[in-house]
Amino acid sequence: MRAVTVLGTGPLALIQDLGRPGHAHLGVPPSGALDQPSLRLANRLVGNPESAAGIEALLGGVSLRAETSCTVAVTGPQVDVTVCGRVVGSHAPVHLAAGDEVTVGTPETGLRCYIGISGGVDGPLELGSRSTDVLSGLGPDALQRWDVLLLGTPGLPVGADEVTPVRAGNDLVIPVVLGPRDDWFAEPGRQLAEGRWKVSPESNRVGSRLVGTALRRQAAFQDVELASEGLVTGAIQVRPNGLPVVFLADHPTTGGYPVIGVVAADSLPWLAQARPGVRIRFRPMG
Amino acid sequence: MRLRRCGANAVLVEVDSLDEVDAVRAALADADLPGLLDLVPAARTVLASFQPGSGGLARLQPLLDTVDLAVRAVSQPREVVLPVHYDGPDLDLVAQTAGMDVDGVIEAHTSAEYRVAFCGFAPGFGYLTGLPEALVQPRLDNPRKRVPRGSVAIAGEFTGAYPTASPGGWRLLGRTDATLFDPDREPAALLSPGDSVRFEAV
Repeated sequence: MRAVTVLGTGPLALIQDLGRPGHAHLGVPPSGALDQPSLRLANRLVGNPESAAGIEALLGGVSLRAETSCTVAVTGPQVDVTVCGRVVGSHAPVHLAAGDEVTVGTPETGLRCYIGISGGVDGPLELGSRSTDVLSGLGPDALQRWDVLLLGTPGLPVGADEVTPVRAGNDLVIPVVLGPRDDWFAEPGRQLAEGRWKVSPESNRVGSRLVGTALRRQAAFQDVELASEGLVTGAIQVRPNGLPVVFLADHPTTGGYPVIGVVAADSLPWLAQARPGVRIRFRPMG
Repeated sequence: MRLRRCGANAVLVEVDSLDEVDAVRAALADADLPGLLDLVPAARTVLASFQPGSGGLARLQPLLDTVDLAVRAVSQPREVVLPVHYDGPDLDLVAQTAGMDVDGVIEAHTSAEYRVAFCGFAPGFGYLTGLPEALVQPRLDNPRKRVPRGSVAIAGEFTGAYPTASPGGWRLLGRTDATLFDPDREPAALLSPGDSVRFEAV
C-alpha cells in the first residue's frame, strides 16, 4: 500500500488540488489551492501532474511518516524541512524510505506551505476534485493526526534539485481592474489607489478581509440594496461598513454587496501568502 | 442590457427581469462559446467567465446583440418532480398570511409550474420562480439557526428546497426526501438553471 501517515497537522492542513471550477451555476465554489503556482511546483518536483492533490498547510507544522518509499517536496514560503531530524530544506525533492518521517517547520514569512507527494494524494473525487472547500463542506475533512493518506501511482521526479522560493512581502501593491460595480462608488479609481489596508486575522480561504480605509459609495447608491449576482475569484466586495473583502478560492458563487474591482489572477497567490498585518495597496488599471 | 467588466476574463450582463436573465442565459448556453468556464445566472444578471486567452470574451458582445430578450429559451427544459410531505412548521403562518386554509396552501403550491431561475447560497440550492401570488410572502422576522435538510420553503417571489441543513429565513411548508445535491452522483445537483419543477404532495 502506497501511503503516508499524518503525525502532526499544524494549525490547519487541507487536501487541495486545482479545485472544481465550472460549477458556479450550481452554487459550487471553485475551491482548490489558494497559491496554485506553489502547488503546481511541488507536484512537478515530485514527478506528478501539476493537478495532483497535495497538502496545503497553514503555517506549516505538518509531520508525515512514509509507509512506502516516496518523494516529497515542500513549496510556498521558505521553510525548514527535516527528515528524521536531518535538515533537507524546502523547494527540493526529498526521497523518503518506508518508515522515514518528514517534518515541515513554521515559515518566517508567508502563510501557506504546499507538500507534494509522489503519486499525489488519492481519494474520492467530488465534482472532479479532491479539494476541501471550507465554505460548502465539499471534499475531505481537515487532516488529523493518524490519518492515513493513500497515494496514487508515481511518475518520474524532475531533474531540478532546488528552486528559489518566492519571498512573501510585508507590503503588497495589487493591480485591480475596476468593475463590475465601480459606478456605485465616488471616484473609485482614486479611492482604491489612495486607500491603505492591512490583512485582517479574520481572513480565510473564503476571502482576504482587509481593515483600513472605508470606501465611500456615490450619494445615489448610499442605501441601495444590490440583488445578488455572480462573483469571480479575486472580486473586491465592499461591505456596508466600507471595508473590502478580496474573494479567494472558496468564495460564495453569488453575493449581494457591490464589487468595486477584480484583482488580477496572477496576484492571487500573493494574497494567499499574505499574513494578518501585511500592508495592502491597490493599483487600478485601465 | 448593460455589460459590466468583471476582471480580465469575465463579464456581468445586466438586464431588467428574471425572464430576461433566462433569455440571456439560454442564448449563451446554446452558443458554444470558446473557453466558457462559468455561466452564472442571478436575479438581474448573468456572469459569463472564460478561460484566459480563449478569445471567448470577444465573441460575447456580437452574440448579445442578437439576443431577443423577449423570447424565452427555445430548448425543451428538463422536468423535475419533487415529492413533498406538507408538514412544515410555518404552514399555518403562510395560510394566515395568504388568507386561505392549509389545504389551500398545498393546492396552490402543488398546482404551479416552476422554473429554476438560478442557484446559489449552497451547492444545489435552486431559486424557483412561478410562485402563485398568494404565496409571495416575506421572510421570517427571525431566521432559524438550523433549517433541516430537504425543507421546502418560500420567500419573496421564490420557492426552493434546502439541499443540506443550514441557517435560513424562508417560511417552511414541508420537506422532500429527494436528494438535491450529492457530490458522488452525476449530475451532482438535481436542479439546474432553466429546469422546470413541480411539487407533488405525498
